[in-house]
Amino acid sequence: MSPFSGALAPAAGEISAAAATGTFTQMWLLIALPLLGAAILLLLGRRTNAWGHWVGVLMSLGSFAIAVSIFLKMMQESGGNRAFTQHLFQWISVGSFQVPFDLRIDQLSMVFVLLITGVGTLIHIYSVSYMSHDRERRRFFGYLNLFVAAMLLLVLADNYLVLYVGWEGVGLASYLLIGFWFYKETAAVAAKKAFVVNRVGDVGLSVAVMLMFVTFGSVTFEGVLASAPKASQTSLTLIGLALLLAACGKSAQFPLQSWLLDAMEGPTPVSALIHAATMVTAGVYLIARSNAIFNAAPTAQTAVIIIGAITLIMGAIIGCAKDDIKKALAGSTMSQIGYMVLAAGLGPIGYVFAIFHLLTHGFFKATMFLGAGSVMHGMNDQVNMRRFGALRTVMVVTTVTFFAGYLAILGIPPFAGFYSKDKIIESAFAHSTLVGLVTLVGAAITAFYMTRLVAMTFLGKARWPDDAHPHESPAMMMIPVSILAVLSTVSGFLLLHNNWIVNWLEPVVGFEEPVLGFNVNILQYGTLAIVLISAALGYVLYARRPVPQVAPVGSLLTQAARADLYGDAVNEAVFMRPGQYLTRFLVWFDNKVVDGAVNGSAALLGGLSGRARRTQNGFARSYALTMLGGAALVIVALVLVRL
Amino acid sequence: MNPANYLYLSAILFSLGAVGVLVRRNAIVMFMCVELMLNACNLAFVSFSRINGNLDGQVIAFFVMVVAAAEVVVGLAIIMTIFRTRRSASVDEANLLKY
Repeated sequence: MSPFSGALAPAAGEISAAAATGTFTQMWLLIALPLLGAAILLLLGRRTNAWGHWVGVLMSLGSFAIAVSIFLKMMQESGGNRAFTQHLFQWISVGSFQVPFDLRIDQLSMVFVLLITGVGTLIHIYSVSYMSHDRERRRFFGYLNLFVAAMLLLVLADNYLVLYVGWEGVGLASYLLIGFWFYKETAAVAAKKAFVVNRVGDVGLSVAVMLMFVTFGSVTFEGVLASAPKASQTSLTLIGLALLLAACGKSAQFPLQSWLLDAMEGPTPVSALIHAATMVTAGVYLIARSNAIFNAAPTAQTAVIIIGAITLIMGAIIGCAKDDIKKALAGSTMSQIGYMVLAAGLGPIGYVFAIFHLLTHGFFKATMFLGAGSVMHGMNDQVNMRRFGALRTVMVVTTVTFFAGYLAILGIPPFAGFYSKDKIIESAFAHSTLVGLVTLVGAAITAFYMTRLVAMTFLGKARWPDDAHPHESPAMMMIPVSILAVLSTVSGFLLLHNNWIVNWLEPVVGFEEPVLGFNVNILQYGTLAIVLISAALGYVLYARRPVPQVAPVGSLLTQAARADLYGDAVNEAVFMRPGQYLTRFLVWFDNKVVDGAVNGSAALLGGLSGRARRTQNGFARSYALTMLGGAALVIVALVLVRL
Repeated sequence: MNPANYLYLSAILFSLGAVGVLVRRNAIVMFMCVELMLNACNLAFVSFSRINGNLDGQVIAFFVMVVAAAEVVVGLAIIMTIFRTRRSASVDEANLLKY
């Protein structure tokens, strides 16, 4: 429990908003443009093959331009008056259940919109070149635009039901993009897995929405969040836990983390956009958006912190053992989102920094994923880091940009991660020493596996396959990566300059200054020292010593981490096998018992009828006897009744 | 004479007719037995009419006669047709319509 819980009320965010006017009325266009792009590309089909990808880029770019104009306009408003809603139409109107299809843009949505459209546009441009050899490039851009539209709907929704539409939309787009190369069985299976695991989380969100309607009689942000402090503790805790389940599914948090590593089967730009920068952070958005609920439900908050802490360590451990460059990065993504979820669980001292880290992570992780894509591009789609090494000599731009991302995730000043991650560690220590130590350990492991990754890829000796001729990727790919690398370098400093991000987000999510029992500088230098020692260890192990081309057996922990800490095995043993047995039993029950009863009664009746039919023997005289007997019976019955 | 005696006679005639229908194979004889049963009924109706002192029974007797006449027309026609096709009027041989 946070020592600041007594002062929650003044720190909580505001939820009231004004009707949109002027530039703000264009917010529906943010969604409409990429949706239109997706419609054009997917409905017109092959006719758009030649120019379709430029439509995708243009729509994303248009959306970004509108986002920037809205952002500039929003900057001119004063702090409390930056939230605007736009009523599009009445969606559901059944008795007291009224759901308007409303959009809402406030400081929190704004940063997300900028991240999604900005990083999204860069990745669109990157993909034009990256996917140029793929015959289905047009379909790829159709899905990407669909994803951008759905993600924008998710963050621009003004009630939980519209948010749910976006939530499902990004899930669909993620499924389609992971399974983009569906003729590869691994990709098809990974897509299905992501879909199914996400469905488990989605159940959480739908339960949360139902509970909200029961508790508050409304599903709008204003209706729910404004009256949250008045609701009973039990319902708030239940809603909080249901929302957490939803967040776990979408953000690949423990125990629903298993799909993210397999999701790397998708094309690399997808991994960068959806499975690193934007979609997987939707869970953090959901928690930050529902801050009023979590502030009033300390049990749910504790659960959020625990889930975040477990995932943060788990992801980092998995990242240490993977030889597949994308899977190592995916483990890192899990771990970094664990940081954000943990920060969001800390309450008003953490929300702002969760979002701050989300932004910087979006930049540096996208940089590194796109860098990994560039490496794969030059190495014939090789992903095994044991066959890389010494790529710094041939891929200079990729190396430099990747190192920007690397230094950012390590938290080396002045790179972005230093500001955001340090703030989270600081808040965690302000909450309790235990949580603080977990984040510190996470930072140390992060430094180790990231150093291992860059050492195996860019440093050391070349271990390239004979047919590989690594070369630098074209400018169309490297310019977006460079822009992201610059952002990874400066965004932390810029966003935290004069406490800008804190002041910006405070009206929505609330803020409290984390109070430490000791000097902040000790923590900062301590963290930095731990990170540097850990990175040096990684350097010695993987850059100085030769890296074997076949992975050594390794310790038990390494083996476990290679197997995703047995996440799949647990799922299989706990859910899949019993589920299969259950379905088999149900099939047996259906065949034997249900069908048996139906077919049995039919057979019984049929058999009896067959017997009864025998009395129709064709002899008129026996019929006459039957009639006589019947008549006699009737008479006897009449006489008896008369008596 | 005691009117109940007519009823006894009616019952005896009806039983004779019924036994005839059950035991004889020849369709014509069976047919005649059916007529006997019908007329036994007629006798009972008329007797009851007499006993109760109203005309209802007599009226019904006429109805029965009309029905019997119509039945004879249809029944004889069927028997004739069967005889023509099978050269026999035995009802036991005409047993194709069965399970």
